[in-house]
Amino acid sequence: MNDYMNITKDGLWRNNQALVALLGLCPLLATTSNAVNGLGLGFATTAVLIMSNGTISLIRHWIRPEVRLPVFVTLIASLTTVVELAMSAWFHELHKVLGIFIALIVTNCIIIGRAEAFASKNTFPKAIADALAMGSGFTLVLMVLGGLRELVGNGTLFGQAHLMFGEAARGLTLSLGADYQGMLAAILPPGAFFGLGLLIALKNIIDARLKERSAQRAPLQTLEPQASEANG
Amino acid sequence: MTEANQKLKRMLRPILVAGGLLAIFSVLGASLVAITYLQTKERIAENERLALLEKLEVLVPANLVDNDMIADRIEVHRADLLGSQTTTIYRGRKDGKPVAAILTSVAPDGYAGPIKLLVAVDTNGTLLGVRVVSHKETPGLGDKIEEDRTDWVLSFNGKSLTNPGEDQWKVKRDGGDFDYFTGATVTPRSVVKMVKNTLMYVRDQGDRIYRPANEGVRP
Repeated sequence: MNDYMNITKDGLWRNNQALVALLGLCPLLATTSNAVNGLGLGFATTAVLIMSNGTISLIRHWIRPEVRLPVFVTLIASLTTVVELAMSAWFHELHKVLGIFIALIVTNCIIIGRAEAFASKNTFPKAIADALAMGSGFTLVLMVLGGLRELVGNGTLFGQAHLMFGEAARGLTLSLGADYQGMLAAILPPGAFFGLGLLIALKNIIDARLKERSAQRAPLQTLEPQASEANG
Repeated sequence: MTEANQKLKRMLRPILVAGGLLAIFSVLGASLVAITYLQTKERIAENERLALLEKLEVLVPANLVDNDMIADRIEVHRADLLGSQTTTIYRGRKDGKPVAAILTSVAPDGYAGPIKLLVAVDTNGTLLGVRVVSHKETPGLGDKIEEDRTDWVLSFNGKSLTNPGEDQWKVKRDGGDFDYFTGATVTPRSVVKMVKNTLMYVRDQGDRIYRPANEGVRP
């Protein structure tokens, strides 16, 4: 259970693929002009990641090291195509909006990175857990960045919800009002870079604060063990 | 077996195993893709058909026609007038009589590339509407031709070559009747020009646009 806690914490925060490892930036910057697109691509990427980690973990004893990368790429490419076909069949409008970026999941270094660094060396359950954690961490960043850019640039949030969740979800859309003159730069590529930079900075600030606080607590515990016991 | 032969075999074996593994996984991957493709083929085709139908029905509402507009289509090759090598014309009929036609004109001289349009014209030469299918115009400037962004494209509704007159089919900046966008004249100018061309083409063709597809004469 400890292992799974670590895997989850790594994926969501400590080794977040978008904010720490800085992988998968191409889709991250290009598809986050609104929250739903980011969420959609995050789901597709996580789906491919789970299938790829799972498959590679299952066959890990049968792959010779010298051909492992071509085998990984072949599998990931096949799985990406499967996910793209599935999206075109069941989420056609979202598929149209995301366009070429679904196919580009193949080039997302997160997938082959986790295959090489984790799935090929760990058991099936752990590999799936890792895929879920890393995929969710990535999807969260996609959604937050997409949401921020959409809010600042367009004055709406989840404006395209019906593409993913059907017509009934139009009610999920929030709006700052029709008069909101959006900051166009937020939706254009530079806005993506600025937004990502701000998110990374925010994460680093949070990490630094947490470190400070735990460093402040630690001396108290070693110097006055009785006091901390009394506080329980 | 000689020494040299044994050595050769020892060297060859890992290569053959590696090659074999690659082949197996390639076949596995390709099979997975093939199976998924076959399972989703029909659903995807239907989705595309519905997406197109939705676009057509925005311009020619379903209650105006009783035929399958997508099936009842022809292709013409008038790049000079309609902007692309092949232009599809979807015909709408009611009780067998022509009602309206939708042409997939392309404005070739957009600011950042060709602008794909759908132009709906009724049998009197009046525009039922124009919509932009795809474009590469500048976000915030030229992209105002999109219906989601502004109402500009709706100003084509009800217009024809007599409303306004042929000479007025230009943007106001060029002396015509049509609005343009501050800071973006090229985009609306190119769309207005192509809509005018389409109207002229439809007027010149008259009935021929509605001829059944299997009759030899092509407009």
